[in-house]
Amino acid sequence: MPLPMTPLAITAYTASSALGCGLAAQLDSLSAAHSGLRPNDFSSAPLDCWIGRVDGVETCTLPATLTAWSCRNNQLAWLGLQQDGFLDRVAAARTRYGADRIALLLGTSTASIGATEEAYRRLDADGGFPDDMLRPAIHAPHSLTAFVGAALKLEGPCLTVSTACSSSAKVFASAARMLQLGLIDAAVVGGVDSLCDSVLFGFNALELVSRSRCRPFDAARDGISIGEAAGFALLERVEQAPEAPRLIGYGESSDAHHMSTPHPEGLGAELALHEALARAGVDAAQVDYLNLHGTASQKNDAVEAALVNRCFPAHTRASSTKGFTGHTLGAAGIVETVIALLAIEHGLIPGNLGSDCADPDCGPSFAWRNEWQPVSVALSNSFGFGGNNACLAFARGEVAA
Amino acid sequence: MNALQVHVEGIGLWSPQLADFDALRAVLDGGAVTPWGGRPAASLLPSNERRRAPESVLLAIEVAGQAVAMSGRQAASLGSVFASAHGDQTITDYMCSTLAQQPHALSPTRFHNSVHNAPAGYWSIATGCHAASTSVCAQYQSFGAALLEAISQLLTAQAPLLLVCSDTATGPPLREVTGCRESFGSALVLAPRAGPSSLARLDVQLGREPVVSELPEPLASWRAGNASAAALPLLAMLARGNGRCTVAASDRSHLQIDMESII
Repeated sequence: MPLPMTPLAITAYTASSALGCGLAAQLDSLSAAHSGLRPNDFSSAPLDCWIGRVDGVETCTLPATLTAWSCRNNQLAWLGLQQDGFLDRVAAARTRYGADRIALLLGTSTASIGATEEAYRRLDADGGFPDDMLRPAIHAPHSLTAFVGAALKLEGPCLTVSTACSSSAKVFASAARMLQLGLIDAAVVGGVDSLCDSVLFGFNALELVSRSRCRPFDAARDGISIGEAAGFALLERVEQAPEAPRLIGYGESSDAHHMSTPHPEGLGAELALHEALARAGVDAAQVDYLNLHGTASQKNDAVEAALVNRCFPAHTRASSTKGFTGHTLGAAGIVETVIALLAIEHGLIPGNLGSDCADPDCGPSFAWRNEWQPVSVALSNSFGFGGNNACLAFARGEVAA
Repeated sequence: MNALQVHVEGIGLWSPQLADFDALRAVLDGGAVTPWGGRPAASLLPSNERRRAPESVLLAIEVAGQAVAMSGRQAASLGSVFASAHGDQTITDYMCSTLAQQPHALSPTRFHNSVHNAPAGYWSIATGCHAASTSVCAQYQSFGAALLEAISQLLTAQAPLLLVCSDTATGPPLREVTGCRESFGSALVLAPRAGPSSLARLDVQLGREPVVSELPEPLASWRAGNASAAALPLLAMLARGNGRCTVAASDRSHLQIDMESII
């Protein structure tokens, strides 16, 4: 097991999801137990399902110097960057450290593949991309990170992590390592994934999409609701902001089992959890809140419920928030990190929205309704296709030494 | 900042012209380039998986297998970083074409193989490796950015690690925007300390501006035809046995790499 890590301050964070844009919108909907899911109204041939769509993406225009980056995913990224004063916080860090001392590490599963899909729908008579889509940078999976790098004027290490649905959790680990080595003084991390036909029809082909609103950990759960989201966080050394919430641990592992179903005993998930706890220097019993991956797929939830039952006492509260936001895929890690940070900041344990009839395999840790209590240590689970697992640990500013 | 120091223990390489790292050495020694074609063998994959796996997976696993074999390490013991500028372009082309015409006909297997971490997933399953694995990209700077991530991982973990960077060729219309004319993949097993299987020590420094080393032909053409062939300055230096090279790490930075041969 790894040694405890030096905690890092999370000096700014924001998320935009089906719950709305910015932290206040997330908190309001979570507090009111109000889901952001809606019947699918996306694409020209909408599947019969529910989605977590962000309002205002289509009308969000990029700054004039950045219009070559225009596409749904980058517009969602820009919408997200403008919330909660995040742009100003990054600008201040840029002044403090220099643009080349700030890394940009973002996670995405499909980046702007929606733009490539569009190009294929509008091929020229000669079979080529239409002129307005001949923009190589938006057809690469690095599109999101390259765009955000240009928008934030950052010149440090710049990397896209794309490990399916663990992507924007793993960027926290990359940032922690680069800070530990002194390669950088700060990092902008996060992720964006947006609705597109690839994921809607792809998950549908795998028979993983529910026709109704997703019901995580429900006895009758029958699949996911796909969502979109953008989220970002600024990581700095704790001395910069001792009062800020902290990243105190991360764990990463591989299931080595199957490309699209989790290890039946949750082997990889448990490895990632124990690694995160070891780096955080805390026991499972010290965890107040665990935000679960909880996709509402049959297998994920069965494996994860068993993991909660065997690793945590009843006073550790656990819930999935996919019933609020949908499964935001590569953005799930940052969205649920933000929910964990809101739990710490506001003492809100969001209930496991969407389940009316709990799976009897879920133990006493499950918070089915909102609970209000102090949260000092919170974890977030994120698992992706390919058996790629990540677990992040966060703490209130004054808790970690 | 002091240089980051890592040791190379294994090197894998595959392209339609280069069956392995020895083939690159032969070319640099003045040997003729003989296209040998074929698919990457990827012999580490079970035969049923090898038949079903997309070319991007075969290429990544072929070079990863070569590098791990050269290092003498157990594959299951190695953390990994898998990089690709464009992922599996054949699947991207299939998916976008199908979605444009018959979206309900999309193949579930091709969809799950479309994730950027498909090669990492197949690799971890084939080798029984539960260690952390990261799949990354940074368009034309994918190799340099992934090398920096790999070094960062292995120096903080103080454990050896596998780095793979590969892209497959594609046809029109996607080739118009990816520029990938020929497949190219390479892999390195890197370690934090010198050991019995060390081949070379690398001193790596992060610098400003995306400076890249010049390359002789045919290497320069190969680099122009595949984003992952940005590894060639380092591979050529490893083949020569000494020197300094630079690879871009982002569109604003580069890695300067000084090599000291150990054997």
